[in-house]
Amino acid sequence: MKLTLHVWRQKSTSQKGAFETHVMDSVSPDMSFLEMLDELNQALITNGKEPVAFDHDCREGICGSCGVVINGRPHGPQRATTACQLHMRSYQDGQEIWVEPWRASAFPVVKDLMVDRTSFDRIIQSGGFISVRTGSAPDANEIPVPKVDADKAFDAAACIGCGACVAACPNASAMLFTAAKVSHMGLLPQGQPEREQRVLSMVSTMDEEGFGSCTNHKECQEACPKEISIDYISRMNRDYVCASKNKG
Amino acid sequence: MELNSKIPSGPIQDKWDSHKFNLKLINPANKRKYQVIVVGSGLAGASAAATLAELGYDVKCFCFQDSPRRAHSIAAQGGINAAKNYQNDGDSIYRLFYDTVKGGDFRSREANVYRLAQISVNIIDQAAAQGVPFAREYGGMLANRSFGGAQVSRTFYARGQTGQQLLLGAYSALSRMIAAGKVKMYPRTEMLDLVMVDGKARGIVTRDLTTGKIESHAGHAVVMATGGYSTVFYLSTNAMGCNVTANWRAHRKGAAFANPCYTQIHPTCIPVSGDHQSKLTLMSESLRNDGRIWVPKKKGDTRAAKDIPENERDYYLERLYPSFGNLAPRDLASRRAKDMCDLGQGVGATGLGVYLDFSDAMKRDGEATISEKYGNLFDMYERITGENPYRQPMRIFPAPHYTMGGLWVDYNLMSTIPGLHVLGEANFSDHGANRLGASALMQGLADGYFVIPYTIGDYLAREELKDVSPSDSEFIETEKQVRQKIDRLLSIDGTRTVDSFHRELGRIMWNHCGMARTDKGLKEALVKIPELRDEFWNNVRVLGEGSDLNQSLEKAGRVADFLEFAELMCHDALTRAESCGGHFREEHQTEDGEAKRNDEEYSHVSAWEFTGVGSTPKLHKENLEFENVKLATRSYK
Repeated sequence: MKLTLHVWRQKSTSQKGAFETHVMDSVSPDMSFLEMLDELNQALITNGKEPVAFDHDCREGICGSCGVVINGRPHGPQRATTACQLHMRSYQDGQEIWVEPWRASAFPVVKDLMVDRTSFDRIIQSGGFISVRTGSAPDANEIPVPKVDADKAFDAAACIGCGACVAACPNASAMLFTAAKVSHMGLLPQGQPEREQRVLSMVSTMDEEGFGSCTNHKECQEACPKEISIDYISRMNRDYVCASKNKG
Repeated sequence: MELNSKIPSGPIQDKWDSHKFNLKLINPANKRKYQVIVVGSGLAGASAAATLAELGYDVKCFCFQDSPRRAHSIAAQGGINAAKNYQNDGDSIYRLFYDTVKGGDFRSREANVYRLAQISVNIIDQAAAQGVPFAREYGGMLANRSFGGAQVSRTFYARGQTGQQLLLGAYSALSRMIAAGKVKMYPRTEMLDLVMVDGKARGIVTRDLTTGKIESHAGHAVVMATGGYSTVFYLSTNAMGCNVTANWRAHRKGAAFANPCYTQIHPTCIPVSGDHQSKLTLMSESLRNDGRIWVPKKKGDTRAAKDIPENERDYYLERLYPSFGNLAPRDLASRRAKDMCDLGQGVGATGLGVYLDFSDAMKRDGEATISEKYGNLFDMYERITGENPYRQPMRIFPAPHYTMGGLWVDYNLMSTIPGLHVLGEANFSDHGANRLGASALMQGLADGYFVIPYTIGDYLAREELKDVSPSDSEFIETEKQVRQKIDRLLSIDGTRTVDSFHRELGRIMWNHCGMARTDKGLKEALVKIPELRDEFWNNVRVLGEGSDLNQSLEKAGRVADFLEFAELMCHDALTRAESCGGHFREEHQTEDGEAKRNDEEYSHVSAWEFTGVGSTPKLHKENLEFENVKLATRSYK
């Protein structure tokens, strides 16, 4: 099939970017979206033009590297699917496609479709862990965890850190990302000793990094390729209130 | 080059404990004076960096991804083995040891494998304490499932995302140490060479992938946890960025490369759909717990699966290996799938596929149960193929997945270069000629959490290491070489893209050094690879600049190294004139097509020494002694 592609090109963080248009003549429906970008890049190189930079690695929807906004939607139109697993059978002959990077001040554009997401790492560094030194753990079955809690914790822990939630949010809020980690650990007995400190510290880092607030648009949940629920945001808010109160 | 494996003496069950006691220690206050460079942030790298930092070492950690959380360990699906015997089904450290040695087709070191089995139990404890959300029973205890090559249920799992959850556990430990200022993290930074001072590994040269800046980092020891090289085949289940560069650069500086031909071709991957394909997707081996593998009995049968009656189906794994059935080890399952397709019984448009069918399991346990166990895998399959595996069987075909070969290391995980330690998939150690499912996560974390933290201290305590800095001539010289290579790549300005070379190399390797190898084919590859390498250096087109984010340049450097490494792989495969595990030489098989090992001549590790590009590498042998497991023909019948 034939497609018209408008791709965001931006040389570096400090330079201005713009859309560049390319016509793709023979796109196979069995290609993934990123394989379609690969083809575009091969053609660009052959014509002496620099290829489009984009982040990608596992191409199995789990590493969280990839992420572009496709026709206004992070990761494109298919529910619970990352851009690397989106296949071109989702598009029709003659369609126009606009591809751009995540837009958020906490995710500055590095080049073309790549953004800097180290702010997410810093949120985790501020408390997204359980402090257990290697070698100090008790036997794994000495900490029973009800299956229901373990499953709920897993649902939150499934976050791949891609940043689609931020890109989808009109406020560029990182509440879903932060809430997923706060909840994953807060739901488990292992996470209790640091529960209050964790939520206070992670929320404050999230604010310092320049992410916006949550005003219940629920776009993050829609865009999340791992279908993480905004229930976790409510859970985090409650934890935050309790922790703030206890702190006095 | 001397290969001293440093295996401790004494009974196998006491070796590690007595070795730990004999290792020299460094006073807690002195540890901070030692800088350790860790390259890679996967299970092995992240766990090592975090643990070394907890102990007090001054750690720098590097990864080429934009975050340490994205290393390819994250994609491991099925699980992690541990000899906990929580199922009361007869498991033990000794049984896990035995299964792993046998599964590796008697080509691994007994002492290393025994230690791995011992440590396996600590890993589960550590991960559970970190909050890794393993699957649980209703009583709150940990659940297990069974995996290929074992008759006990010892695999711990977190749905089909065990690698992700374990890596996020290690990443959280690493993040804690970054926050504490004990680890300095360098994301989007690629190691491009190793720096040697007085014959010891004392640092690395890196390229900042965002700014293109070439920089040196000095330390007292280097730990490489840089993963495997399956992408030498171009199409594999590995992430696009996986590469052999760090390992190859170290090899060129004197680190022996062991058993490079031992590659694992995983039986359950989604078949290739066309020439645009950039990578292959694995469907977890755990699916073989409930899925039945079959092909039509009739050649070229084009009927839909549901129209083929039961008596016209060949459940060939159940037929050939009645005691292990669909859970036969990976090498066998892959080869038999290839046989069936070679016989013309393959399915799908290309004929390169076999069915993995869940209809019996769904009848037995209900669709909901199957969905709970494998839902995410079924969804992934449907996204990629457009077919619904609840309604029709999956189509699967083998694909390169893991490399058992890697840099040679001794019992302390140190390579033949003093001070260079190699962990996880990057070393050759514990899996012999074939890795059992759910053992990669176990080994990566064993090396990082529980082996290197002990053994590195011994090295640092014993060696007199003078102070070095990036302004020393050795660093400046290495940086110069790195820059020259980059400039050369950018100046060729030929007509072919880097990818087109990588694809062509991949085809050569898949055809001649893939699932089945022959003397003739390997010799052919050894002619074709240098030709392709010459063309690459004369005709590759890499646009853009070195002082900028340049993904073509990154790839070009990696492909250039693959074009040298591929030759070594073929030399190794050619020299090993026997079949064992993932290495199948067509000339060496039994009448029923099983691998025919030759213990008389090949019961050794092949460790290769670099002698120059295009020149035949030099072989060194480490003989394998089997004192506890009796060498036997590996049978799963």
